[in-house]
Amino acid sequence: MQTALTILLDGLVYASYLFIVSVGLTIVFGVMKILNVAHGGFYAWGAYSAAYAIGLASELGFPDWFGFILIGLSSALVGVVLGLLIERAILRKLYEHEEVIIILATFGLFLILEDLILIVFGVNPYFAYQPMVFLGSVELGGIFRDVYSLTLVGLAALVALACWYALNRTKWGKILTTVIHDREISLAIGINVNAVFVWTFVASATLGALGGAYISPTVSVAPGIGIDVIVLSFAVVVIGGMGSIPGALIGALMVGVLRAVAVHKFPEFELFVIFAVMAAVLMVRPEGLFAPAKARRI
Amino acid sequence: MIRSVFSDKTILWAFVGFAILSLIGTLLPNWVLNNAMFGLARGLAVLGLLLMWRTGLISFGHALYFGLGAYAVAMLEKFTGTTDIFLRLLAALIVAGGVGFVIGLVLRHYRGIFFAMLSLAFSMVLYGVLVKTEALGSTDGFSVSQTTFLGWRPSSKYPLFLSIIAICLLATIGVQLYLRSALGHLTTSVRDNEIRVEYLGYSVARAVHVKYVISCALAGVAGALIAMALGQVDPDSMVNWTVSGELVFITIMSGPGSVVAPFIGAITFEFLRTFAFEWAPHAWQLIVGGTLLGIIFFLPEGLWSLIRRLWTKKERRRDRYTSSAGARSA
Amino acid sequence: MRDNMFGNGLRVVALGAVAGVTALASPSPADTSFKVAVVSFLTGPAAGPFGVPGRNGAELVIDAINGGTMPAPYETAGFGGLQLEAIFADESGGNAKQVAEYRNLVEKQGVDAVLGYISSGSCMSVAPVAEELQTLTVMSVCGTPRLFEGSDWNYTFRTQAHAVGDSVAAALYIRDQLGDVSSYSGINQNYAWGQDSWKFFDIAMQKLSPESRASDNPQFPKLFAGQYGTEISTLLLEDSELVHSSFWDGDIEAFVLQASVRGFFDKKKFISVAGASAIDNLGKRFPTGTVIGTRGEFGIIVRNQEGELNEWFINAYRERYGVYPLESSYQYAQSVLALKAAMDKAAAESGEVPNTDRIIGAMTGLDFVSIAGDVSFALGNGHQAIHPVSYGVTAWDDGKDEPTVVDVRVYPANCILPPAGQLSEDWLEAGMPGSDC
Repeated sequence: MQTALTILLDGLVYASYLFIVSVGLTIVFGVMKILNVAHGGFYAWGAYSAAYAIGLASELGFPDWFGFILIGLSSALVGVVLGLLIERAILRKLYEHEEVIIILATFGLFLILEDLILIVFGVNPYFAYQPMVFLGSVELGGIFRDVYSLTLVGLAALVALACWYALNRTKWGKILTTVIHDREISLAIGINVNAVFVWTFVASATLGALGGAYISPTVSVAPGIGIDVIVLSFAVVVIGGMGSIPGALIGALMVGVLRAVAVHKFPEFELFVIFAVMAAVLMVRPEGLFAPAKARRI
Repeated sequence: MIRSVFSDKTILWAFVGFAILSLIGTLLPNWVLNNAMFGLARGLAVLGLLLMWRTGLISFGHALYFGLGAYAVAMLEKFTGTTDIFLRLLAALIVAGGVGFVIGLVLRHYRGIFFAMLSLAFSMVLYGVLVKTEALGSTDGFSVSQTTFLGWRPSSKYPLFLSIIAICLLATIGVQLYLRSALGHLTTSVRDNEIRVEYLGYSVARAVHVKYVISCALAGVAGALIAMALGQVDPDSMVNWTVSGELVFITIMSGPGSVVAPFIGAITFEFLRTFAFEWAPHAWQLIVGGTLLGIIFFLPEGLWSLIRRLWTKKERRRDRYTSSAGARSA
Repeated sequence: MRDNMFGNGLRVVALGAVAGVTALASPSPADTSFKVAVVSFLTGPAAGPFGVPGRNGAELVIDAINGGTMPAPYETAGFGGLQLEAIFADESGGNAKQVAEYRNLVEKQGVDAVLGYISSGSCMSVAPVAEELQTLTVMSVCGTPRLFEGSDWNYTFRTQAHAVGDSVAAALYIRDQLGDVSSYSGINQNYAWGQDSWKFFDIAMQKLSPESRASDNPQFPKLFAGQYGTEISTLLLEDSELVHSSFWDGDIEAFVLQASVRGFFDKKKFISVAGASAIDNLGKRFPTGTVIGTRGEFGIIVRNQEGELNEWFINAYRERYGVYPLESSYQYAQSVLALKAAMDKAAAESGEVPNTDRIIGAMTGLDFVSIAGDVSFALGNGHQAIHPVSYGVTAWDDGKDEPTVVDVRVYPANCILPPAGQLSEDWLEAGMPGSDC
């Protein structure tokens, strides 16, 4: 019982982290039909800039809670700057290309973002533990947990809620839904698809950066941090259905809990199980478990 | 038969080129020979990807077969002590080709992004297994002893270099002949309009499957050759998704224009990497990423088109994805 | 027409060839210098705690010996009369990349010897290539005993005692200092070093504290994973009293930070075999009361130890780099000193400039003085060094306001390591016969 509860909590925490990272990926795929490998770069940049800012603030004597503000600020900054730059300067010119070529271009961008991190932040790992230490720990199911990781669950819920609200209850959401269903019709009825693309991309980049920034206090922020994350989020997005936000939620929960079970019970299967499920879903239901409704055109 | 093979200009010049390369090999210092071997071997895997690309399919999981080939060599040695080049290549060929055949049964129904994602998933399954299993070397991988030739243990790398050249030449000729065959010509048609091909009475899935197995076998042999030339296998530099990305990158960089382009692209890549590591170790991925974007934007037909533009100004550029040499002599 | 295209491809290769020949032919300052590549992690999670301090330790000692400013017994200038010219290379990128890099160092950059390597993976993969290229390679930090057990290397030496010593000394320290430990578990990286460390620690515990019970679910996360939430939960759920870890790079820092927030160190006794670098890097965040080792007489454990060489090393290092030398600084310095001792001996014996064969002859079975203790190449046909290993418990020195290690015990080499010719695992399973403590 205690073990089951612990596994569930570990899985939930990990799933929340995966969801925050993956939701941006799935939104961009849904709206722009781009599978964005550079999302891993946003994640890494978010993690580095937050870790750097938190470390600096701590040296300058700011209180520990200030770290939370810095996490928000740095992910917004990374998302807006990198998102705008990349959409405007690169992706915009590639929309007419085949989708695999666009994936490759984002792969190129990912590599560039990786090395820019080395050049800007250097090669040593960063530790930004202050926010995690600030929140302390709580006993749950017989063992202590750091409160910070638990807040990840809240943040994921908040992000999910915000996405749901924005898509279903705002004018922007309606426009977005139209663009998702049919880009040409949207153009015809006077929607500024370009603007939709820019803001979708920036929002997605910000979410990616937020994932990195928020997780940074609990990990060592080191070069290559985005490499594993991007395939994991691919798995999440594919399992749930590319382009579906509830799909990302389900995918994240599945991957998170499966991984927790594996680590606790069958450690050798930790990575295997995730990608085996990904392959299985693709084989049985290529559109994913929660494929978004599509206006199919032949 | 032989005459008809050599009437194909690409094959003729591939033959001449590889022959010259094997002669020059005797003069090259070891590190150049090493890089040339890595480049040629990697070129084999890229040749396989090129075959898929002609059908409009890009695999983000060919590291699976590359890794299987490399690990087949290492495991064969671990369990049987075999270091013979023929047995090593055979093992790689059987393992990579066999797994490719089985996975191909599924993958042949997939196109575009789903093809890319499913192949990625399969390759990451292997990665996940290797990294976590102590008996398979986990993240360490294995050392691979020097290759022997029917019991003969050469003191220099040159015999291996020659073998790699011979294999590359065979593969180049084989793929070129295949592309010229009726089945091969289906390639382009599948890319252009799949339904039309089906109406002609061909099974597209089968055509894709055949191509897929060929490209898997090529990637497997490539992995085996790299393992032999390098003397080491490990999951992160042979099976991880970044390796698949690297292979696709070289494919795009080389361009779809000719079956010899992959070798030129891969050798260029190897030397670029060696020098980049020495002079700008933190900028290697930056260079690769920048090159990738540059090629997508300015040189969609890859390095090959550059070479062609420089030397065949008189010739009119042909249709985008037909093999000019193959089409002409056919 | 296509011949030209091919010509171009060839031209690239030929150009490379020409460049290569010139690079090889470019004269190194002939017979007065000896070119050595010093390989350590210069990027990634292992750079800060291990790679850079190791590199600095080597650099400091190399410069001092070249200039003749080392204290006795290394006061003579030069290495067997030669000046050592060091180039520094990065160990990150995985084993396959290291093998390729090694080939480049030897065949392209033309080094006479290679020194260093931190990861056991690097050592295992480089040793066969060293043999193939017939290049003297002195390994500094890596710990897996598999390196010399089952293989006879002629060109490879290791100045660091292997993991069995660390594990047996750890089990001895637990028995001597902590008394009865009812049960123990572990968290180790899933590669040669982590797997071996756990395996040998486990056997040594069974032999030395037979009433103690091992966990059936020790954790093996991937090297450089950086995120251990689930693993910490698993360990916390178990009732094991003691947790063993051979984490050594940025991973130990990440683990300690993540675990201490969750009260891990209040609930568990913790033994860290190779994580001493984190004590300096984390300062007060590193839990006091942790059993800690430095895999020898290195780093924080000998910080207050007297001795001319040790005091010189600490002072010169602090003066030049502004921080205390860490364990890897000592380990790399130890490799340089082995090279110095062997090259001096080779030069004295032959009266000529030492070459690879003569250095190998002189180094095989050599006894030499290291920064804070004696070392001898006693195992692996005279290629594998042995030396004592110390353990202690972390504490905070309020006077100096810096971390320190107390209750230090030194376990001599012939107490914790198998005699020559015996396989470590057999020796351990047999109950460590001949162990002289």
